[in-house]
Amino acid sequence: MGAGFPPAPSPLKKAEPLVSISTRLAATHPRTQKPRRMRMEQRRNLTGWVFLLPAAFLIALMNFWPMIQALVLSFKTGRGTRLNFAQPLWYNYQRLFQDDIFKLTVTNTLIYLVIQVPIMLILALILANLLNAKDLRFKTLWRTAIFLPCAVSLVSYSLVFRTMFATDGFVNDALMSMNLTHAQINWLGQPDTARMVIILGLLWRWTGYNMVFYLAAMQNIDYSTLEAAKIDGAGPVKTLLYVTVPQLKPIILLTAIMSTNGTIQLFDESWNLTNGGPAYSSMSMSHYLFELSFQKNPNFGYGAAISYAILIMVAILAAIQMKVGDRRD
Amino acid sequence: MTVVINTRTLRKIPGYAFLSVSAILSLFPLFFMVVSATNTSQDVLNSRLLPGVHLLENFAKLVGSQDVGTAMWHSTVNATGTTVLALIFCSLAGYGFEVFHSRGKDRLMGFLLLAIMIPFAATMIPLFQMFADFGLINSSIAVIMPTIATPFLVLLFRQSARSFPHEILEAARIDGLGEVSIFVRIFLPTMRSTYAAAAVITFMAAWNSFLWPKVILISNAYQTMPMLISNLTAGYVTDYGMLMLAVLIASLPTMLIFLVLQRTFAEGITGAIK
Repeated sequence: MGAGFPPAPSPLKKAEPLVSISTRLAATHPRTQKPRRMRMEQRRNLTGWVFLLPAAFLIALMNFWPMIQALVLSFKTGRGTRLNFAQPLWYNYQRLFQDDIFKLTVTNTLIYLVIQVPIMLILALILANLLNAKDLRFKTLWRTAIFLPCAVSLVSYSLVFRTMFATDGFVNDALMSMNLTHAQINWLGQPDTARMVIILGLLWRWTGYNMVFYLAAMQNIDYSTLEAAKIDGAGPVKTLLYVTVPQLKPIILLTAIMSTNGTIQLFDESWNLTNGGPAYSSMSMSHYLFELSFQKNPNFGYGAAISYAILIMVAILAAIQMKVGDRRD
Repeated sequence: MTVVINTRTLRKIPGYAFLSVSAILSLFPLFFMVVSATNTSQDVLNSRLLPGVHLLENFAKLVGSQDVGTAMWHSTVNATGTTVLALIFCSLAGYGFEVFHSRGKDRLMGFLLLAIMIPFAATMIPLFQMFADFGLINSSIAVIMPTIATPFLVLLFRQSARSFPHEILEAARIDGLGEVSIFVRIFLPTMRSTYAAAAVITFMAAWNSFLWPKVILISNAYQTMPMLISNLTAGYVTDYGMLMLAVLIASLPTMLIFLVLQRTFAEGITGAIK
């Protein structure tokens, strides 16, 4: 148990449901039993609705309702608050396909996604697997160190990375003192290196987060399956690949969907680490959406169309991942 | 070989090496932030990695040029408000969904869970319009409202309510306790660990949130800490020592919570999947 985080202990053990005393009491008064029970059940059902309606109402009002409004908005054009339905109705979506900046931000986001998410999840799996070993020393220390990046905000770490990767900053100094490079590299001033720094930042911030999910899930793996693999002569790599990973499949799928979702919505890093630059070459889709909607000349209609492009990408990628996740069964 | 090394020990070396490198890489940027907060901008650019004596100087520069106190206050109010309200709304709902469950409620829960997949980007513009219509731009209400009720937290509380025994519920009802009293006096105290986990993850997320506050808090007078530190790089010359100190101050509350309640935080983020 010492390795990861054991599942939250249930505060009270669930016992076999007893025949409730109230039913037995009610049974002693056969005449009054039926109408009273109906009234009680109805009242309880109603009480339940009263408990959950405030939150349900807020979730609908703050998520589903604006989502519908954004769809309507995406068919409108105009500046500021004076918006009319576009001619043709899908004008904003047509414009998306001709917008080179939008295409660039989609490309950037997909680059982040395709490179960062697999590397991160594999690293997280390896780390979780190492931390789950029974005879590992200093477990708490390793886990805390690798999990600690989750304690700082995305804005904070972006600014720290920005400082470290400044042209005359620490990373260049370190590389030059080790003779790995002879001239300062303008990390944030070139498209490829700027994207690379964002990917490094994302890896730094989220690997420990995903590791914790795997650690928690590994607590539920029957240790005897690992022992059996060992006895059968499987090395640590084979045990991880053929015994641990298959048992972690649901959680790997979950982390893949969460990471994909998060990366497509990337904003804080794009804004604070590279400011989207140079030009638009490291800008994320959400950053472009923000720029179009709340800076310069706000264009809510076109912004809403972009927001729907993001929504559709999230939905499609989640659907693909769930399909792939299912097929391996 | 003259020295006899146990092959089992030898085989463990790559694992420890990998863990060491990972731990150092994870800690270094945070170490860099803390050390740089005590150095001048020039020291930071010269990659000085030793603590300096310029902490107070950086602090004086920071509070002299920025209203840090006000931003801290706004962050505290927004994050605390979000946490308290989210715990009330979501625990009531999770309890309602589980303890009084019916087919209709299960269907509604399934529907509400779809909201997890809605990217914030897709609701941001209409939300802004909605709060603007009510004259709530620059208000804490507008910052807090969208994150009070989240399907994730409702799910977390529903899952934990599952382990709440029905016998206790029945016994309390027979003793004449009302449904609200049962919730407050029996459910709430037994579910302390769930509440703690929910509080930690909600507070940290609210303290660190950036995009929505940036959208709805137009005036700098209402800015939160993440917004303040983000604006520090807007000028032509960045004072890196001061910037790292500001980042450190903005990160201190969540780092302290993390270091003290790491286990609770981990239970919170992974809780609903159990």
